[in-house]
Amino acid sequence: MKPPSEPEATPAAPAPVNPLAGLDQSVSDFSYDVKYDYDAGTGLTPATIDYISSVKKEAAWIREFRHHALKVFESKPLPTHWATKDLETLDFSKIRYYLSQGAQKPKRTWEEVPDDIKKTFERLGVPEHERKFLAGVDAQFDSESAYSSIKEVVAKQGVIFMNSTEALREHPDLFRKWFGKVIPTSDNKFSALNSAVFSGGSFIYVPPGVKVAHPLQAYFRINAENFGQFERTLIIVDEGAELTYMEGCTAPKFSTSTLHSAVVELVAMKDAKIQYITVQNWAPNVYNLVTKRGLAHENAEIKWIDCNIGSHLTMKYPGVVLKGRKARGEVVSIALANDGQHQDTGAKMIHLADETTSTIISKSISVGQGRSTYRGIVRIPKHLKGCKNNTECDALLINTNSRTDTYPAITVQGQTHAAQHEASVSKVSEEMIFYMQQRGLTEAQAMSLAVNGFVNDLVRQFPMEYSVELKRLIDLEMEGSVG
Amino acid sequence: MSTSLTETISPTGSFTPDIFAQHLAAQTGLPDWWLDAKRTAWAQFQSSPLPTIRDEAWRFSTRSGIKLDGYAPASASPSAQLPAHASDLPCAARLVFSNNVLAQHTALAADLAARGVIVEPLRDALVKHGDLVRRYLNQQHTNLGGDKFRALHTALAHDGVFIYVPAGVEVPTPIAVVHQASGAGATVFPHTLVVAEANARATIAEFFTSAEPDAVQLASGVNDLFAGPGAQLNYIAAQAWSSQTLAFQHNAITADRDARILALNVHLGGRQARHESHSRLIGPGAHSEMLALTVAQGTQEFDQRTLQTHQAPHTSSNLLYKNALLDSARTIFSGLIVVEPDAQKTDAYQSNRNLMLSDTAEANSLPGLEIQANDVRCSHGATTSRLDPEQEFYLLARGIPKAQAAELLLFGFFEKVLGEIPHEGLYQTIRALIQTKLKK
Repeated sequence: MKPPSEPEATPAAPAPVNPLAGLDQSVSDFSYDVKYDYDAGTGLTPATIDYISSVKKEAAWIREFRHHALKVFESKPLPTHWATKDLETLDFSKIRYYLSQGAQKPKRTWEEVPDDIKKTFERLGVPEHERKFLAGVDAQFDSESAYSSIKEVVAKQGVIFMNSTEALREHPDLFRKWFGKVIPTSDNKFSALNSAVFSGGSFIYVPPGVKVAHPLQAYFRINAENFGQFERTLIIVDEGAELTYMEGCTAPKFSTSTLHSAVVELVAMKDAKIQYITVQNWAPNVYNLVTKRGLAHENAEIKWIDCNIGSHLTMKYPGVVLKGRKARGEVVSIALANDGQHQDTGAKMIHLADETTSTIISKSISVGQGRSTYRGIVRIPKHLKGCKNNTECDALLINTNSRTDTYPAITVQGQTHAAQHEASVSKVSEEMIFYMQQRGLTEAQAMSLAVNGFVNDLVRQFPMEYSVELKRLIDLEMEGSVG
Repeated sequence: MSTSLTETISPTGSFTPDIFAQHLAAQTGLPDWWLDAKRTAWAQFQSSPLPTIRDEAWRFSTRSGIKLDGYAPASASPSAQLPAHASDLPCAARLVFSNNVLAQHTALAADLAARGVIVEPLRDALVKHGDLVRRYLNQQHTNLGGDKFRALHTALAHDGVFIYVPAGVEVPTPIAVVHQASGAGATVFPHTLVVAEANARATIAEFFTSAEPDAVQLASGVNDLFAGPGAQLNYIAAQAWSSQTLAFQHNAITADRDARILALNVHLGGRQARHESHSRLIGPGAHSEMLALTVAQGTQEFDQRTLQTHQAPHTSSNLLYKNALLDSARTIFSGLIVVEPDAQKTDAYQSNRNLMLSDTAEANSLPGLEIQANDVRCSHGATTSRLDPEQEFYLLARGIPKAQAAELLLFGFFEKVLGEIPHEGLYQTIRALIQTKLKK
């Protein structure tokens, strides 16, 4: 279980709604009483920004950057001319933009954790020491955890891996060089919001030629600010270096805040490779509006593996700007939308150099009244030669009232390129279910198996323990979806 | 006139209230409901803004090209030189309009007329078959973003064609309709309304052309097709407006139980041409075949928006839009398949193929799906690529000159659509039109 890191709540934040799918959600409202050392209050004004900046003891240029971003945020309308009107229900004046417990540790015990949550952890196979953390009993993975050794190993290789707040203090030059360069403040309303109030998130720098053998995970960092709802992550992988990064968690996550808006920027220098894996399983009341983009220099490769299972509304379109010759971009996306959920996900591929290639594979599953949407942009401008894009979107609809949409936009200029897009919509075949039932599976088990089969080739691209958990998670989500 | 830096483009341009008043005054002897519809449409046209950057329905369109200034809606008079389109084609009836006015009319054979088939100028039909026309006229819209231009059409349409085929009757040869725009600034509003009752069959061929190849003109046409239970309608249109025409065409298709409608559009002319087509499958077993071919040259922009709405179970639709892009031409294909919650067992397909023949051409493809029923087969595909170099090499190796090889391959690319044209004569006519354009 890779704990939270997709725009996450401040650590151990109280939670209003039981996020568990497949279980009786009325049993418990998973929340704790927490006293925060720092609280910027509700609403967003220049004073909020001054408060955050002062608490974090930030340099003047960052404060300036935040204030500018606030203006951009206020000037931009909600993108409801193409996005769901659901966004209009967000009340920005009722949101808390910064909460921090400072140094204090949460004071609660495992016994206080609702049984449902414990049961879910068990079924997902979450290791013992991680459960406490995920349940908000431990706000930190302390150094006893086996993972810290990995952090030491990579540090010896010269890898910098820390919280973005720390990085801004300790490596301002490196940070500032790329910060906001891949995703400018004005990219969209929510990237502007993040730029104004960001807090937490990771900073990683991998020196030239270093191949990080173990995937780095967001929760290795031992810091209470890990899981900010306005997380800001910047990853720079220098020439010829390689990195796999994982964020998120298959275990359900609880949170007070209903809005999470992260910005993740990746920079892959010449010949570098980055693989960024996300598993998002937010509580079903969360608006998860995330901007993620990578910049791939010559012959570099950036791959986003993005899996969205939780949240009320997710809008996330990981992108790759293919800036150098022969750069490669890939997005692998899995989305599961259950009742009351809208997974609006996709990908963005911007070709800016010759012989660049991009691939998008998206598979979505809509259960009950869930709605999944694929939205994509592929752009190959005319001064380029020999670019290729391949996009495949498959949607699986489980119930008669499930919904799926596909909205790709492909622009190709010039005759030396090749772009192709294919999409299909299907349901689980009755023959398949019948066959499995004949062999003793219940209808629900058969349905689970069929859904797992549908995403199997993508799930296999995840690291081993993730793919096992994902399979169990899909089983959980599929419970009660038939009949 | 304002000379400020932020010059605003007039949303009504040359279409002033005087123009409308003049038009309305000339509509004598027509039913009141028709005149009321015109007034309503005029109000809608006046009050709706031009497309803006936030209009998703106009995404990728060159909005700066959509200006309504510089036209002469009132002064244009019919040309003496009538187009010869379809004149040597065996036709059941043939109507030729020049600048909206009926200029030539080969009436329907007496036996078909005796069986109740109606092929008449809209103005006559409004008087003679008012109730029948009213039941269908402007009853379906495209809902694809061009409402303002459809409203302009309704407000200013002078004439058109009403085609009605009663239950069980088959019209064996095509009904030909030709619209010509003539003179600088001319504005034309062709309207074709086709109604086929249960098990009726007909083929309609429509041609849009300009008397001058490069005159600045504006066209906003409507062709609505209704097919009753078991009816079969073929609608084939070739659009060859002048190279400086701003063109809009609105097409609404309604297919009832077991009906089959084929709509095949060939797009050749215009500076900027937008085509909106909406198929509604309203009864089980209904099928809509939506096909299009585009040859985009120079700096032409072809903007095609489609909607396939499956409202009833067991319906099917198939869309294939093929674009060949030369020079610095642009195409936009934006399609959407909508499967409504009750439309189980829908089988819908949508495909856009772009053939790039130049380094500066631009193809935009937005193939969309909105599916709200689970027991369906829906898929779409979009590809953009060049001529296959191996096929080209094969032809060259057999001594075929490069230009001819390219043309052969181009027609090979188009054949899948051209082959669907139901009458041999019509097939040859359309092929010849494409060839003429390629020779330019």
